[in-house]
Parts: sequence; structure tokens; C-alpha cells
Amino acid sequence: MHEFIILTISGLVTGGIYAITAGGLTLTYTTTGIFNFAHGVTGALAAFTYWQLHFDWGWPVWLSIIVVLGILAPAFGVFLHFAIMRRLEGTSETTRLMVTVAVLLSLLATVMWVWDPQTPRNVVNFFPGESVDMAGTRVSYHDLITLAVALIVAIGLWVLLRSTRAGVAMRATVDDRNLAVLNGSRPEVPGMLAWATGTMLAAVAGILIAPKLSFAALPLTLLIVNAYAAAVIGRLKSLPWTFVGAMIIGLVTEYGKGYLTETRFPTAGPYLSGLTDSMPVLVLFLAIMLLPTSRLRGHASSRTREIAHRPTWTGSLVFAALVIAGAVVAANTLGAADLFASTKMWGFAIIALSVIPLVGYAGKMSLAQLGFAGIGAICVSHLGSGGNPLGLLWAALICAGIGVLVALPALRLSGIYLALATAAFAVMLDRWIFQLPAFTWGDTRIDLFNSGTLNFERFDWPGIDISSDRAYFIFGAVFFALSSLVVVWIRRGEFGRRLLAMKDSPAACATIGMNHKLTTLTVFGLSAAMAGVGGGILGGALGTLSPVNFDFTAGLSVLMLMVIAGLTSPGAALFAGIFLGTPLITNLFPDYAQLTTILIGLNGIALGKNPNGFIAAKIRPEWEPALQRPFILAGSAAAQLVLVVLRFTDVIGNWAFVIGILLAVIGIPAAVKGELMLKAPRTEQELPPGLSEQPEGLGLNGHRFKPADIEGLDKLIAMPSLPTVAMAETPSPTLPGARHGA
Amino acid sequence: MTLNVADARPAGPAGAPPLLELRGISAAYEQVEVLHKVDLAVPTGKVMAVLGPNGAGKTTMLKVITGLHEPTGGDIFLAGRCVTGAAPVDLARIGLCSIPEGRGVFPNLTVSENLWMATYRGVSRKEIEEKVFPIFPRLKERRTQAAGTMSGGEQQMLAVARAIATNPAIILLDELSMGLAPLVVDQLYDVVGKIAETGVTVLLVEQFARTALAVADLAAVMSGGRILQVGTPDEIAGDLHSAYLGG
Ligand SMILES: Nc1ncnc2c1ncn2[C@@H]1O[C@H](COP(=O)(O)OP(=O)(O)O)[C@@H](O)[C@H]1O
Ligand SMILES: [Mg+2]
Repeated sequence: MHEFIILTISGLVTGGIYAITAGGLTLTYTTTGIFNFAHGVTGALAAFTYWQLHFDWGWPVWLSIIVVLGILAPAFGVFLHFAIMRRLEGTSETTRLMVTVAVLLSLLATVMWVWDPQTPRNVVNFFPGESVDMAGTRVSYHDLITLAVALIVAIGLWVLLRSTRAGVAMRATVDDRNLAVLNGSRPEVPGMLAWATGTMLAAVAGILIAPKLSFAALPLTLLIVNAYAAAVIGRLKSLPWTFVGAMIIGLVTEYGKGYLTETRFPTAGPYLSGLTDSMPVLVLFLAIMLLPTSRLRGHASSRTREIAHRPTWTGSLVFAALVIAGAVVAANTLGAADLFASTKMWGFAIIALSVIPLVGYAGKMSLAQLGFAGIGAICVSHLGSGGNPLGLLWAALICAGIGVLVALPALRLSGIYLALATAAFAVMLDRWIFQLPAFTWGDTRIDLFNSGTLNFERFDWPGIDISSDRAYFIFGAVFFALSSLVVVWIRRGEFGRRLLAMKDSPAACATIGMNHKLTTLTVFGLSAAMAGVGGGILGGALGTLSPVNFDFTAGLSVLMLMVIAGLTSPGAALFAGIFLGTPLITNLFPDYAQLTTILIGLNGIALGKNPNGFIAAKIRPEWEPALQRPFILAGSAAAQLVLVVLRFTDVIGNWAFVIGILLAVIGIPAAVKGELMLKAPRTEQELPPGLSEQPEGLGLNGHRFKPADIEGLDKLIAMPSLPTVAMAETPSPTLPGARHGA
Repeated sequence: MTLNVADARPAGPAGAPPLLELRGISAAYEQVEVLHKVDLAVPTGKVMAVLGPNGAGKTTMLKVITGLHEPTGGDIFLAGRCVTGAAPVDLARIGLCSIPEGRGVFPNLTVSENLWMATYRGVSRKEIEEKVFPIFPRLKERRTQAAGTMSGGEQQMLAVARAIATNPAIILLDELSMGLAPLVVDQLYDVVGKIAETGVTVLLVEQFARTALAVADLAAVMSGGRILQVGTPDEIAGDLHSAYLGG
């Protein structure tokens, strides 16, 4: 009984912290329509700042608290609003979500950069040692404060959103910003207030929980995942339900920790310890699955400017050939250490490729692709022992099966709820399944992650030997190139059209009788299979893998890079592979280990501007004209060939080679531009009377229509000579169906 | 902003400026011009109906007047003062009340919260409810219901309620009748007529003529981004058949 009371109290306290976090999340979601994945890391940032002020610099507690909660946190919220969130209006739910993921990644990296995780730090309770007696147990002041703050926050938020005009205006602004303005409500104020308050709440939660967790950035950041569950129980809008949900999750977690111990359950204990960690995630999964669909409607996503380019076969074959050719060259020029460090890029690239059909074409937000890669790696390691390539087939089949199983309950979810459900699945894999100790099932001993490390051998294909790094690198490139062609084949076929239709208008698809359930399940299975194979290829590259390779935040990076480069282009997957799987960035900037992540994050934050990714926005317009000019392409290819020959004969070194190749490549669009300029008429052409620009240029490139232009155009179109020209032809017989016939 | 349109309301001498005047207004989306030098004057205290087919540019014109869409040329005058480029919030606060196309309500707010949003003009929440509920008893019954769950007619009543409650100087109505049963439309225009009788200026925009012309003092025909004709409702009604309804 005594133990029960202790556990109940600590459950309520933990629940209180979840309630504060979830309250802040709900506040920003209901008032700005943005689900802030970076909420947890904002709390971490605040906790570290508090540590810095109080424990490191010795400022008094009260002053540190006032500075962090009263000044820095709200100021940071206002900054977030003006610098990032305000620009997200009119973007799709995916973009809005990914921008906050980008904030998460870059803040997390910044925190780890400023406060080196290797140095141990400590934050102690408020009023250390002080406690009161309650029901025969001692409850610390810190816990009492936490509970009180949670209650005040819950009530305060409820009052704010329901019973103050500022709060009602916040909700009104999400509903219809223009209408709110027409009512006379200043549009900047609600958003700014919401972000300031939300960030402050994140900071409160971060500081209160810091003494309870091992004080490090990652656990504090992932605290958010636990709070999601509470926010979802409140359907992202009901604050009382959010509070209740937070308490339930806090209690379940603490009871689990207290009762599901090894002393009580000597056999099952080791398996359950991961389970108690992922308890909130289970609750999240259950909540999403059990809530009625009608309750799970996010904010309506407006029509967006996001499009999926239809790749041509020629272009795709050229891409695949270039990938393989580039890989052959790279494999023969890179130094041994760099080559080994780069073999893993193809694994990442294939995993990134698996994002395209699911998220890019079908618009189904999945945060679990790297988790599937982990499952694939397990399959390849266990079922493909000795480098048996059948392991890859098993990985594909098993991942497809699990993918379909995950998709089944997720069928009715979309947008933010689907993202959260897949996030829950990924976190569950990462915290629990991948950490499971060995167990026996019947006669089989199953040890998923070999208690920490999976071992791989390079695949043993009949006839070819790919055990060297060089050969494996080229093998990876070929595999990636073929996979990219599969993706293109999907996009160009009937199935791809269905996926796009489903993304554009699920309702319309239902009315034309499309079986969208089957389509969803298929695309989930397919993408999971591809990710699984990617995991296997990654394993082959590295030789050993541990659960860390598949952790949730690493998965976010993969998705993030895809979103930045463009969710629908195989080129984006190559980019993701190079970025994550080669030592390129660390070689360029050796002193900034966190730079990769920060760069990813900063690029993601800029997403609001190019929701189609930079490949579609920047690269394609530059390069497309080049494809029509074989001479220029051939010239560049010849130059590159010469460079390759020079490099292999050691006439030039690596740097000269890289710079030369870059010049030859960049030269293509430059040459095209030059050619266009040469072709362009040197002298001003006579403008038709009354026009300020050639008729075909009107309205383009910043030439606005002027009224005079319209009059001029009218005159142009009404040219009297036109019918005369037609008459001059031989008197043709009247064509049936001709518009002006007879 | 210190401009107060309400000051201009007492009908001045014959030469007093119109309450709302558009002079040579042009507007474009991206590069495509959809309003071509529109001139329109709405005299103080009168109801003006602008009729025109789909795509004529009526909604765009209202957006320009409310400040939501910036014109590419021309000026807008309220009570004789130029307000081109003023922020929509400021225009709303000085008494330009606009009910946009579709349903002008916040779907996730309750009826009573929707009315609360109308208090930025300075009328208290209580006053608004006292004024609105006698006219639309239906809204009183549904005070705590989310606006988005009400019928289209009820939602439009709620939108119009804002116009009644806030003592505006001028009301802009964009296709009040869209998607509503004729009976409901008649009822809504009845209310509009009553508001107008208190001296409020109204500019309303419709595709279909009948109900709108019945409450109007003046009417205009708009098509292809131009005002084609201005006259009394009778004149316009007579010409309409040939102008676009019949053709
Ligand atoms: N957001 C927009 N972007 C581009 N064109 C628009 C937009 N809104 C309206 N238009 C175009 O402007 C013209 C006038 O539209 P609108 O003012 O809505 O007409 P009405 O309200 O009379 O039906 C139409 O040709 C329409 O296609
Ligand atoms: Mg319209």
C-alpha cells in the first residue's frame, strides 16, 4: 500500500510535467495550426540555459528563473513566430510538420554543441531536501511545486482560450485569418502571444523535469513524444482531456516502473524494462487507434503549391547511368578510409528512396522509414548469414508484411495523426523492440539485435566478388540506380497516378470508386520493403550495426533531407545518401561535428519558401534546357572523360580532378545560357504599336500588363489581314465539323 | 488612424461626397489583371447592388475595398478621404464591415464566441447579444454550438448578425444568397433592408438579381472586370435580360 501511494504521487508528478508540455503543444496547435515537434527541445534549451545561469555562473535561483522563464523563453517564442512559423501560412501539413522537425534537429545539435554531452552536469530539485508528510509518505517541495504548476497551467490555459477575447481571437485566427482581420482583430498579436506562451510552457516543463531525467539533451527532447500522447487524448484541442490524459500516462508509466520489475518478474523483467520506457508511446498508439475518426481531423490543409514532376524514361536512365559512372570513378579515386566511410551512403540513399512513393506521391506522412530499415537489417543479419543475398529478399518480404500491419490501423489516419502514429511505432522499435534481450519461442532462440550489435557479411553473389570496399561501393550504386528506376516505373504507371490522386483528393477518389484502402496498404508495404532492403545494404557496408543507427532522430534526418531536396525526386535520395553517408561535410568542416545536423535543420527551416524542394525549384529549371542540347552535354562529357583519364594516369591530383569535374558540370548550364544569349536578337525588335513589350513577353518576367498593352493587343488580334490571308488559299471544300464552315 | 467614417453619416448638403468611392481601381492576380479601371460611387445612406456573372470581378472588388487585396492602380475614398493602402484591421475598426463570400463565420468557435469577435469596434459583448438575439432567436438557442455545425442559413444569419451589432458605417455583402434556399435568402435580405433603413450604407454583390434589386436604391452591372452600367434598380432590371441573363 505504501509503495502504491509513493508510485501514485510520483505518477501524478510525472503526469503534471506531461500536462504542462502537452498544454503548450495544444496551445500552439489550436492557435496557429502548427504541431510543434520542437517543443521538447525548446524545453531542453531552457533547462540548459537555467543550468548555465544558476549552477555554472552561480546566479540566484529566483533571478535565473525570471530570466529564463520571463525573458528568454518568451523572446525565443516571439522570434520563432516572426522568423519561421509566420511564414508557413498556406503550406501543406507535411511542410509545416517538417519545418518544426527541422527546428528540432538544429536546436538539438546546437544544444549538444554548446553544452558538450561528454561533460557530466547536474541539476538538483528546487528546495533540495525539503519535504512534507502526506498520507504517510514524504513528498518533496519540488514535486508539490510541479503539481501546483501543472494545475495552474491547465486552468490558466483553459481560461485564456475560452474566456478571454485574446484567446478566442487566437482560435479565430486559425479558423480564418482574413475573417479575423475583417473583424478588426490584429493578426500578428494572437500568433505572437501563442508562441511566447507555448515556449514559456516548454521551458517550465524542461526545468521541472531536468532533475528527474539524466540531464541530457536527447531525453529532454524526446519527452515531447510522451507529451504527444496526452495531447492526442485531448484531440489536440480539449485542454481538460489533455490534462486527464497526461495524468493517466504519468501514472501508467510510474506503476509500470514500480511493479514490472525484475525482482517481481524474474523471467519477464528484462523484456519489460524497455516496455515501461515506451509506455507513453503505447498509450499514444492506442489513443490514436481508438478515438473515433471524426475526432481526428486536423486543421484542414489548404490547396497547396506542391506538385509531383513526372519523370521521363530518358532522363531517369541518364540519371541511373550517371550514378553508376560517378560511383565507378569515385570508387577508383577516393582514399581507402574515405571510401570505407562512404560505402554506407547507398544504404541511406535507398532508405531515402523508400520515402518517395509513400510520402512524396501518396502524401502519407511516415516517420518510421528508418525503423523499417532496422527491421530489414535484422532480417538480413539473421536470415542472410554468410552473405546469402536471399537475406535481402527476406528483408523485403518481412518489412512489407510489417508495413501492411502498421498501415492497417493507420488506414483512417492522415496528416498529423498518421505522422504521430508512425512516430510512435518508430520510437517503440527504438526504445523497446530493438533493445530486447534474447528470448526463446518454442525451440527457437530469438535475439533480435544480438543484444546490441548485428553482424553482416558482404553479399555473396554468384560470379561476382563484392567483398572489397571498392566493389561494394559500386554494387551499392548499381542497386540504388536500379531502385530509382523502380520508383520511376511506379510513378509513371497506373499505380503512381492512383497515389497522386489519393494525395490530391481522397474524397474525389472515393467517389470515383477507387479502392483507396488497398492502394494505401500497397504503398505502405512497398515503401517498407524498400527501406528494409536499404537497411540490409547499409549493414553490408558497415559490417556491424547497433540500435543507435536506427534511432528516431536519425530517421527524422533522413526524412528531412528528402523534404529539403524534394520528396518526389530520386536525385533527392542521392543527396540524402551523400549528406548522411559520406564524410563530405565532416571533411570540409572537421571541427564542427554537429554541423551536418545544423545544416539540415537550417535548410529545412527555409522550406516554407520552396515546398517542392530545391531540386524542382533550383536545379531542374537550370538543367532542363541542357538536355535538349546534346552538343553541350557531349562536350562536357568529353572534358570529364579526359579528366578521368588524367587522374587515373596520375597526371593530376585529387583536388585538380574534383575542381575540373565541377567546372565541367557547372559549365553545362552556363554554356546553355551563353548560347541562348548569343541567339537572342542583338538589336531591339520593333515593338507593335501601343505595346510596351513583345506580345509573347507580356505578363512575364515582371512585365505587368498595362492598360495600353491591352488596347494594343486588341488591335493586334483584330488584324484585318488575317481573313484575307485565309481567302487567298485555294477555295477548299468545307470541312465537316469546321467551326467556321459554310 | 483617426479617420471616423461615422462622422460623415448625417446626410450633408447635396454636394456631400459619397460614403464610398472607387476611382479608376485596377487589380491583378499575379500578372493577370481582373479589374480594369473601375469607377463606382456609393452615396451615403443608400443601398447599392452590383450584379454580374461568375468571374466578373465582384469579389475582387470587395477585397480591394476592405484592404485585403492591394490594387495595382486607382484610389479608394471613404467619406471623402483617401484610404488606399490602409490595413484591413484599421478599416474594420473605423466602421467598414465586410461579410465575405461563403460563410462569414469561424466554424470552430461557438455562436457566442463568434459574436465576441465582433467587439473590436468597441461595442460590448452584452450589447451585441441584446441587439442580435431578438432579431435571430435561432442564434440564441444555439449560443454554445460550434458555428461550423449549424445549417448554411443559420451560419449566414450569424454572419449578418455582426453587421447588425457593430454599428458600422458601411456594410459590404458578398453573395449573401450563395447556396441558400430562396426563403432564407428573402429573410436575410429583409434584415439587410431593415439595417439600411437606419441609415447605414450598404454595398451588396450578387449574381442573381431578383432579391438583391428589391432592397437596392441603386444598381450597377459588372462584367469582365468593368462596370458596364449604373442606374436605378428598375432600369437595370429592364436591361438585365439583354445584358447577360438572357444571353
Ligand atoms: N486567388 C486568385 N488567383 C488568381 N485568379 C483569381 C483569384 N481569385 C479570383 N481570380 C480570378 O479573378 C477573376 C474575378 O474573380 P472574382 O472576383 O472572384 O469574381 P466574382 O466574385 O465576380 O465571381 C476571375 O477570372 C477569377 O478566375
Ligand atoms: Mg465572387
